[in-house]
Amino acid sequence: MKTICLYFEIHQILHLKRYRFFDIGTDHYYYDDYENERNITEIAERSYMPALNALLDMIKANGNYFKVAFSLSGVGVEQLEMHAPQVLEKLQELNNTGCVEFIAEPYSHGLSSLVNEDGFDEEVKRQCAKMNEYFGQYPKVLRNSSLIYSDDIGLKVSQMGFKGMLTEGAKHVLGWKSPHYLYNSELAPNLKLLLRDINLSDDISLRFSNKDWSGYPLFADTYINRIAGLPKEEEIVNIFMELSALGIAQPLSSNILEFFKALPACAKAKNITFSTPTEICENVKSVDSLNVPDTLSWIDEERDVSSWLGNPMQREAFNKLYSVADRVRIANDPRINQDWDYLQASNNFRFMTTKPAVVGVDRGIYSSPFDAFTNYMNILGDFINRVNNLYSTDIDNDELEGLLTTIKNQGDEIEMKDKEISRLQAKIEKIEVESDKFREQVEVKCAPKKDTAKKETTKKSAAKKSATKKVVKEPAVKASKE
Amino acid sequence: MKVLMFGWEYPPHVYGGLATANYGITEGLHAQGDVDITLCLPKPWGDEDKTPANIVAMNCVPIAWRDVDYDYVKNKIGNIMSPELYYKLRDHIYGDFNYMGVNNLGAVDFAGGYPANLHDEINNYSVIAGVVARTMDFDIIHAHDWLTYPAGIHAKQASGKPLCIHVHATDFDRSRGHVNPTVYGIEKNGMDNADCIMCVSELTRQTVINQYHQDPRKVFTVHNAVYPLEKELQDIPRPDHKGKEKVVTFLGRLTMQKGPEYFVEAANMVLHRTRNVRFCMAGSGDMMDQMIYLAAERGIADRFHFPGFMRGKQVYECLKDSDVYVMPSVSEPFGISPLEAMQCGTPTIISKQSGCAEILTNCIKVDYWDINSLADAIYSICHNESLFDYLSVQGKNEVDQITWEKVGLWIRELYERTLGWR
Repeated sequence: MKTICLYFEIHQILHLKRYRFFDIGTDHYYYDDYENERNITEIAERSYMPALNALLDMIKANGNYFKVAFSLSGVGVEQLEMHAPQVLEKLQELNNTGCVEFIAEPYSHGLSSLVNEDGFDEEVKRQCAKMNEYFGQYPKVLRNSSLIYSDDIGLKVSQMGFKGMLTEGAKHVLGWKSPHYLYNSELAPNLKLLLRDINLSDDISLRFSNKDWSGYPLFADTYINRIAGLPKEEEIVNIFMELSALGIAQPLSSNILEFFKALPACAKAKNITFSTPTEICENVKSVDSLNVPDTLSWIDEERDVSSWLGNPMQREAFNKLYSVADRVRIANDPRINQDWDYLQASNNFRFMTTKPAVVGVDRGIYSSPFDAFTNYMNILGDFINRVNNLYSTDIDNDELEGLLTTIKNQGDEIEMKDKEISRLQAKIEKIEVESDKFREQVEVKCAPKKDTAKKETTKKSAAKKSATKKVVKEPAVKASKE
Repeated sequence: MKVLMFGWEYPPHVYGGLATANYGITEGLHAQGDVDITLCLPKPWGDEDKTPANIVAMNCVPIAWRDVDYDYVKNKIGNIMSPELYYKLRDHIYGDFNYMGVNNLGAVDFAGGYPANLHDEINNYSVIAGVVARTMDFDIIHAHDWLTYPAGIHAKQASGKPLCIHVHATDFDRSRGHVNPTVYGIEKNGMDNADCIMCVSELTRQTVINQYHQDPRKVFTVHNAVYPLEKELQDIPRPDHKGKEKVVTFLGRLTMQKGPEYFVEAANMVLHRTRNVRFCMAGSGDMMDQMIYLAAERGIADRFHFPGFMRGKQVYECLKDSDVYVMPSVSEPFGISPLEAMQCGTPTIISKQSGCAEILTNCIKVDYWDINSLADAIYSICHNESLFDYLSVQGKNEVDQITWEKVGLWIRELYERTLGWR
């Protein structure tokens, strides 16, 4: 029986503002607030809200039959929290139906998986925590930024405990193979791979409203018939796209939502089901391992990382950015961390591409790749200065990490000792209270004669006190010496 | 196809950009193989390259009949024009121009270049063009810039052949809006009479359409190109400035049209942030003193240099020694010099108000008035090696693809369209 896995990406970057080189060192705020608010509000209004409403209607109309998956980048969520919280509420409402899965991705929508494993790991965990906080689901399947994948990344992801990963069904990787099966990673056989069907996905996200396209107009029944017409053994059809394809790339006036709403009924008629990525990973066995030595993604005809790292400028920016990755992680300064997330977003590198692209590149505020590069490098210059100013650059990363760990450990130790002190002090008070009571009892019993006994007990408790004080003082001295 | 072409200046005797463009177009057409060009020049020196075109010296064309013997003619003008052509032309004198101050060959002398009595020379030139047009056999007329438009019109009227005019600049570019009515009149008359107007950029084309009220259907854009560098110039080494002081260069006439003050202001902003850069403003012009004063006033004179006017090989040495070439022109019909800088592998910043911005991608484009952006771009090229390398390598690759042969092909197509042959 065939099944469709429908997945949408929700991600918006923080747009950088025009930042001149003479701002370096004086201005540490890098973002274009107006553009961010305008952009997210527009997308929420024209795309996210109508699309999510439609999907909610589809779930309600079809019981548990229709299912869908989303991934939200952490940066995107922050934007939505600030400017369009209604989208998050709508997603929670969708989540309550139980037909929606949320999957993991790097918090920043960046390229850390290519260079910095620790950073990647940390980012993904942070995004998972955010998903858990919002939707009460801890993601089990991961998709990397722009579906970037290679064998090494697969191994890493598997070690992080994920069951499956989404990636591109690129021709140069698949060869004669079909994307309509479940595969597993070459280096980590336990990690299942779901491959995007390029044609079926792009027919919707890229071409749906294109009147020059031979498939125009596309109807739900013809679309489902194409899926139904696939060979019997090819059971899994992965349709992945950005959520903004519904409404922005393909305007609502093209009736794309009506197309979507008609899909479940047509699929039901052909006995095709809908599944979430986790269901597929759990229920289906992989047919083969997939060998991906070179990195692939869902961008451009080449389906590789060349639209982010294709020219020397992009590579310089990328290398400069990640040259401070470890230091940022070690320093763990809240403001730096925040900028770090925003600067990593892969879109910043895409603005610098010099590739002649079929799909026009939206360069945001920049007039050319050189303009984008110049602006980004200015900001990066300031950012790197800030990172380096936190701790002297004479100390290398390992040493710094060592020192910071020592400081942290000592802090923990002091905290523990503080606890011990307060515990002991409480004990002393208790003893004193008891001794007072005892004394009263004694006084009551033999009030006239026994003065000596009373003195002795007070002496004893005083001695105890000084002893405990000594114990407390010693470790504190030690710590300060170290 | 035979073309009668009217030019004003021609290499190696260069007064401005017109000579280079004229030569390039002639070469490009010659490269098509089936285009014969008769090129009329007011005062050739005899050392011009005669392979691409048959040169007619207008100062040797008789407009009044004189009975002179062969040896005398050969002796007098033989190095410039053949005596046979002289006699052939003499047979087509169409009026009595003895009053025009002719010499003993019956011809009028030209001062050459751009003398004070330019309007007289333009008039003489068009009178002579009448003789040439009656003598020569051609299919189409091609007149370069407003100086030769009257000659083109005259030739058209005498022969009935279609006229193409080539707009290398308009008076709106030269005067920043304060046009000279006489010049405007000559330009407008030329355009009105032309069957096809070729403009060096879309920017110029729009000026022609909007300011001279021409029918857009007969106005076309024909972008200029550059000649590949000679071996000698190619071999000038590029000094490696990595990690050392950088040099940022402006090269051109110091006049209002070229926007030199924006360069000084941008230099000021860069130098206030970093001292590891030097600025060089090569060339001379009426704003030179003002610029020296401005640089001193901004307190950057220790890093801002005025080497003066440069010619020939010096220009290329200067370009190769630079890390950034800047052309902040306020209004530039085309501007070949950034292409030359890119040929030398020098990253280039140009104003969006220049015609060459329409065809270049591997250079940085800024608005001429946006000194913040200009300063930022200069700083970025000086401090990011990858940007420098990319613009240097890709810029050179790009201009190597811009050749006069392609321009010639397009012009020939326009000829054929004008003649109704296609």
